[in-house]
Amino acid sequence: MAMTMHVDIVSAEAEIFSGPAHMVFAPGVMGELGIMPRHAPLLTRLKPGEVRVRTPEGEEEFFYVSGGVLEIQPHSITILSDTAQRAKDLDEAAALEAKHHAEQRLQDQVSEFDYAQAQTELAEAMAQLQAIQKLRKKLGR
Amino acid sequence: MAVGKEIRTKIKSVKNTQKITRAMEMVAASKMRKAQDRMGAARPYAEKIRNVIGHLAHAHPEYKHPYLQEREVKKGVGFIIISSDRGLCGGLNANMFKATVRAMREWNDKGVKIDLCTIGAKANAFFKRLGGNVIAQASHLGDTPQVADLIGVVKVMLDAYDAGQIDRLFLVYNEFVNTMTQRPHVEQLLPIHGVEDPQLKHHWDYLYEPDAKDVLDGLLMRYIESLVYQGVVENLSCEQAARMVAMKSASDNAGNLIGDLQLAYNKARQAAITQELSEIVAGAAAV
Repeated sequence: MAMTMHVDIVSAEAEIFSGPAHMVFAPGVMGELGIMPRHAPLLTRLKPGEVRVRTPEGEEEFFYVSGGVLEIQPHSITILSDTAQRAKDLDEAAALEAKHHAEQRLQDQVSEFDYAQAQTELAEAMAQLQAIQKLRKKLGR
Repeated sequence: MAVGKEIRTKIKSVKNTQKITRAMEMVAASKMRKAQDRMGAARPYAEKIRNVIGHLAHAHPEYKHPYLQEREVKKGVGFIIISSDRGLCGGLNANMFKATVRAMREWNDKGVKIDLCTIGAKANAFFKRLGGNVIAQASHLGDTPQVADLIGVVKVMLDAYDAGQIDRLFLVYNEFVNTMTQRPHVEQLLPIHGVEDPQLKHHWDYLYEPDAKDVLDGLLMRYIESLVYQGVVENLSCEQAARMVAMKSASDNAGNLIGDLQLAYNKARQAAITQELSEIVAGAAAV
């Protein structure tokens, strides 16, 4: 009886695969990895590519990952798959965009600021009206 | 007979409002179920990545990542605040802002600078009015938030941490206890601490490919992102649950109001009829 190890493939938004396997192939940044049970602990990043899992039934399952992190323990493998396209400059661009948003919001103080203020004023007016109504009721109309 | 025309129009308008609140309640209920599913779907990733970080804390890496090292708060602290985009969800956002401001005041009293990152339109509007230093902002993530939408804002905060502008990073969001209860929750993201796994006590280290720094950078960044994502998804469940409860009580209140108005209307009508009758009787007696 050949040995198996437990494989988990997860992404931040969903669990993709979980089960035993004889062998796993994964696209590491330094080259394709073929992992069998009792592999030494290893941590690597993954390139976009295909992960193949050979199950004990002798079937092969294919998964596409757009990058991520692979952790190997002697009897378990964890693949943390990315859902988004990642690259240093892409991340940078996203960060810039977030900053830009914040700055822009500070500048256009009119639209949303006024809206929020108007809302608080409305809430205050409503509360006052309610108080008056309650008072009236108490005094017998 | 034009008795109580105003009351009748008022009843009609309250009824219309009630229809709307009832519809919103039902929409929120179905959205809440979906949001809870999403919360469940995000859990395995968070668990796995926490396991890996737990292993890392016990391994003895030749390289100590700054995110894993405690450091003194010298310059400032950062907060990532997650709120909803829309209102009409009871005191959900207000309670969370209160908790945040309380936490911020503690740091403010110590004389450190506070940088903010807001996710959600409500947080953005509130902290701008408060005059906070908002350095990154994301909103309108919709009902299906994606990690891709959060990469940017998280990176701004991580960069600030790397640059030494902030020495602590906190995450604030609403914790989903159950449908009736949501609790504001302030959690420390950086430096990472307290991920222990008692089973692995011996000394060992991973093999890193290509090298420890590169791998750990990627891993820890994803860890923080996953925590923020989890916060966003959980906050979304809270929002829908809170809206459902708020709309339910609004519908109930509208029902009470309609009852009261109906009573007033009936009384007025009866008074008018009585008056008319007595007028007729008086008229007949006079003849």
